[in-house]
Amino acid sequence: MKRFGDFTAVAGIDVDVLPGEAFGFLGPNGAGKSSTMRMIGCISPPSGGELRILGMDPVRDGPAIRGRLGVCPQLDNLDPDLTVRENLTTYARYFGVPRGAARERAAELLDFVQLTERADSKVEPLSGGMKRRLTIARALVNEPDIVLLDEPTTGLDPQARHLVWERLFRLKQQGVTLVLTTHYMDEAEQLCDRLVVMDGGRIVAEGSPRALIERHSTREVVELRFAADSQEAFAGKLDGLGERIEVLPDRVLLYVADGDAALAQVEARGLTPAAVLVRRSSLEDVFLHLTGRTLVD
Amino acid sequence: MSVTQRARPGLPRVPAVAVLAYHLTGYRRTWRSGVFSSFLLPTLTVLGFGFGVGGYVDQGVDGVPYLEWIVPGLLASTAMQVAIAESTFPVFGNFQWTRTYTAQNAAPLRAGDIVAGHLAFVLVRAVTASAVFLLVTALFGAVVSVWAVLTLPVVALLGLAVAAPTFGYAAAVSSDSWLAMLFRFAVIPMTLFAGVFFPAESLPDGLRHLAYATPLWHAVDLCRAATLGVPPHWSVAGHLLYLAVWAVGGAALAVRLFRRRLVV
Repeated sequence: MKRFGDFTAVAGIDVDVLPGEAFGFLGPNGAGKSSTMRMIGCISPPSGGELRILGMDPVRDGPAIRGRLGVCPQLDNLDPDLTVRENLTTYARYFGVPRGAARERAAELLDFVQLTERADSKVEPLSGGMKRRLTIARALVNEPDIVLLDEPTTGLDPQARHLVWERLFRLKQQGVTLVLTTHYMDEAEQLCDRLVVMDGGRIVAEGSPRALIERHSTREVVELRFAADSQEAFAGKLDGLGERIEVLPDRVLLYVADGDAALAQVEARGLTPAAVLVRRSSLEDVFLHLTGRTLVD
Repeated sequence: MSVTQRARPGLPRVPAVAVLAYHLTGYRRTWRSGVFSSFLLPTLTVLGFGFGVGGYVDQGVDGVPYLEWIVPGLLASTAMQVAIAESTFPVFGNFQWTRTYTAQNAAPLRAGDIVAGHLAFVLVRAVTASAVFLLVTALFGAVVSVWAVLTLPVVALLGLAVAAPTFGYAAAVSSDSWLAMLFRFAVIPMTLFAGVFFPAESLPDGLRHLAYATPLWHAVDLCRAATLGVPPHWSVAGHLLYLAVWAVGGAALAVRLFRRRLVV
């Protein structure tokens, strides 16, 4: 639990992250994800409840725990005036890595995040994707047991995102525990073995991406677009189709087990939507169902 | 590439040393431009004050030629200015702009390590600038006593006495305009009235006691005693103790304010 004065950022969450798994905290802005990450990172003491990281108490053993964590923050905090390599070597020394070993480690990590060619250039002119990869490399200088990633791919272009995902997946294969926050559902589906959906400082759902979809959504979704401003009128005629009908300003969503069968029934009722899309249910459907469609900020 | 199967590094033996090493790494890229100005200042001082102003102060101060009298004062005020300049925008920026402290805080460093390592770097800057000043003015023949080497530990203590509370100040303020205020209301008055350009004893009573309260006056008096080879106005121990109180009190404050900012 985390309180700031009268404001409760994290009201109460109960999770266990197992060694070697990739665990995700999902939620809209203000759900308490970052506060939770700061508590796990041992830089924000919990206001209540019990928190153990690697079996230790974050308030008493902060530095010892942080020595075994790698942190990739939401906002890059690399040193813009140092070179790419120096950012890694200076950071490695905070973990007691001797100078020579730090240089070796930096070279390996630059190779891992594909920045070897930029090793001696300054950080300032690097692209957003390169900076993010360097931040991830920096989080690995101490060979951490757990890597905390706060929105690791926010703001990156698709190529950069896929490269980051691929590297993170490789880390997971090597047995590193990943704890990440994201509000990209495809990211969660790609990376997380297990995740929780947070809203208003609480957990509203927990499970593997597949289990969450099974529990909170149907197998398929049919998206129907009718002429403008007539979604409501048509929706009335769809009664009884599927498990749930959601009417949006621009389209109607039918949550069904079998999309093609449902579509056939729609047509059998003489309805002719302007556009139709039958797709698999995604984590995004679960997320929007659980946390609502209204804007948070 | 193996991320996990290597011997795990421990925690750093003296974490502040790792922090100092970081700051020195950054300084390695910029020191050349700084060196020029640290030679320029004492040279201009000797020319301007020694030969220029000094020409009008024809009987000197306390029987000492004006140039020789003013060099220790300017030496101490140079150390103070470097120490405060290095503790304002760089500290504020490490919280606000580059978020360097946030990055350090995520590693196994404590607020005290972060402060100690950065303060050590500020001292390196203040002492090297003072050493250059001493060297240049000595080459001009403006330093008469070999005791002058003792000014270096004195300005190191002065640097700590002013930098440590400034660290706390820069950690506490919400906007960088507060930093400019510090120069206007603390650095400039101290430079003018703490016995650098004329004896504080010639000030009216109230102002004189304000001058005595500044850390700078105590360092100026000690430096002057050293470079001229004369006894100081106060006991040496008294001066050192007063500066140490500022240093220790300031450091305690700085660590507290850093922690408040970093651990929330």
